[in-house]
Amino acid sequence: MKYLDEFRNPELAQRLFDEIRSVTTRPWAIMEVCGGQTHSIIRNGIDQLLPVEIELIHGPGCPVCVTPLELIDKALAIASRPTVIFCSFGDMLRVPGSTKDLFRVKSEGNDVRIVYSPLDAVKLAQANPTREVVFFGIGFETTAPANALAVHQAKRLGLRNFSMLVSHVLVPPAITAILESPTNRVQAFLAAGHVCSVMGTWEYEPLVERYRVPIVVTGFEPLDVLEGIRRTVLQLERGEAQLENAYTRAVNRAGNLPAQQMLADVFEVTDRGWRGIGVIPNSGWRLRDVYRDFDAETRFAVQNIHTEESALCHSGEVLRGLLKPNQCPAFGKECTPRTPLGATMVSSEGACAAYYQYGRFAQSEDGAVL
Amino acid sequence: MCLGIPGQVKEIYEAGGVRMGIVDFAGITKEVCLAYVPEITIGDYTIVHVGFAITQLDEDSAQESLRLFAEMGVLQEELNATA
Repeated sequence: MKYLDEFRNPELAQRLFDEIRSVTTRPWAIMEVCGGQTHSIIRNGIDQLLPVEIELIHGPGCPVCVTPLELIDKALAIASRPTVIFCSFGDMLRVPGSTKDLFRVKSEGNDVRIVYSPLDAVKLAQANPTREVVFFGIGFETTAPANALAVHQAKRLGLRNFSMLVSHVLVPPAITAILESPTNRVQAFLAAGHVCSVMGTWEYEPLVERYRVPIVVTGFEPLDVLEGIRRTVLQLERGEAQLENAYTRAVNRAGNLPAQQMLADVFEVTDRGWRGIGVIPNSGWRLRDVYRDFDAETRFAVQNIHTEESALCHSGEVLRGLLKPNQCPAFGKECTPRTPLGATMVSSEGACAAYYQYGRFAQSEDGAVL
Repeated sequence: MCLGIPGQVKEIYEAGGVRMGIVDFAGITKEVCLAYVPEITIGDYTIVHVGFAITQLDEDSAQESLRLFAEMGVLQEELNATA
């Protein structure tokens, strides 16, 4: 496929590996923020081919993984109502709530549907005027413009039977939280390319300056990831801290202005709880007051949610980069993609799912994957 | 979730007051919302996420990146060869 295959070229990857090897002299810990990058790294064995000095710490950039348990439980309660058609991206259906998941709710006879685009949910609302159509609006800044337009469109069309359960999260406050944590080991970041396609790169300039930390905006194909790592290591070795863009074919400094305009119209910044991490100030978006009628949390007023996390699941430590998935005692035993204890084993961006899917089952004491 | 797939715009039209289009992903075509790429024209490449074009793909920049990767290490190889 054009603009994918070229960035998977093994010969060019070898050149990038050689370059990285030739500039690396000391141990460095680099976090790839986005779960899509984690999957690319594990699928292609990039972490195993890098010099041993470079450790990649997998970041919290998996929206399905960080959606708070309370919200999943609310989704389960709303989806269980007979009048509701509950629409979601496919990844969300197997995420464990306190007692069950959306697949179970569906198998109990409720109307739960996977949609490709949030606009599909708007169409469903138009086609089913006697039903309440609820869309589970999760995601980072990449997904938010799509969800914003769906709400905007529903309001424009005067749809009274469409609402959204919103759980949007933002990357820069998460990076700040990681850097402020007393246990932080991350020395540099690969920023999430498609988040920056929407938001631009300017949001990261104050972070680089304030924390003296290199941030390199990075894409998702093997050559993109390697180039991001190469530039990051070069900065670390030179003692520099700059914002660089290694994904120029899809990202510029300003970002997508029409998308940002729609986001500002529909959403406002709010504190948000991240599953496994806790509340991060100003780290999410909620619907503005003028769109409050479309807020599923208000419309359905779900009460009496008592959340209960699995006692065996260590996904919080995985999401904070404190634990590699295969260091969790439950990994591959009680917890597999068919019987997930935590969302990180479910999502196509979850670090645990990546380790399981690509056979990273055990690690020896010196860190070598067996 | 933040997965974005590059594709080529084949058709542009309006549906329900929203700018939409058909995007070709190596032979598979899909309807995509083009509201956020108002400047894009037929034949351009875009990156699509959950049915929305989020950016126009800069083809010159893509070629430039590939050229730089290809040149990487070439100087070192030449120096080694003449050493």
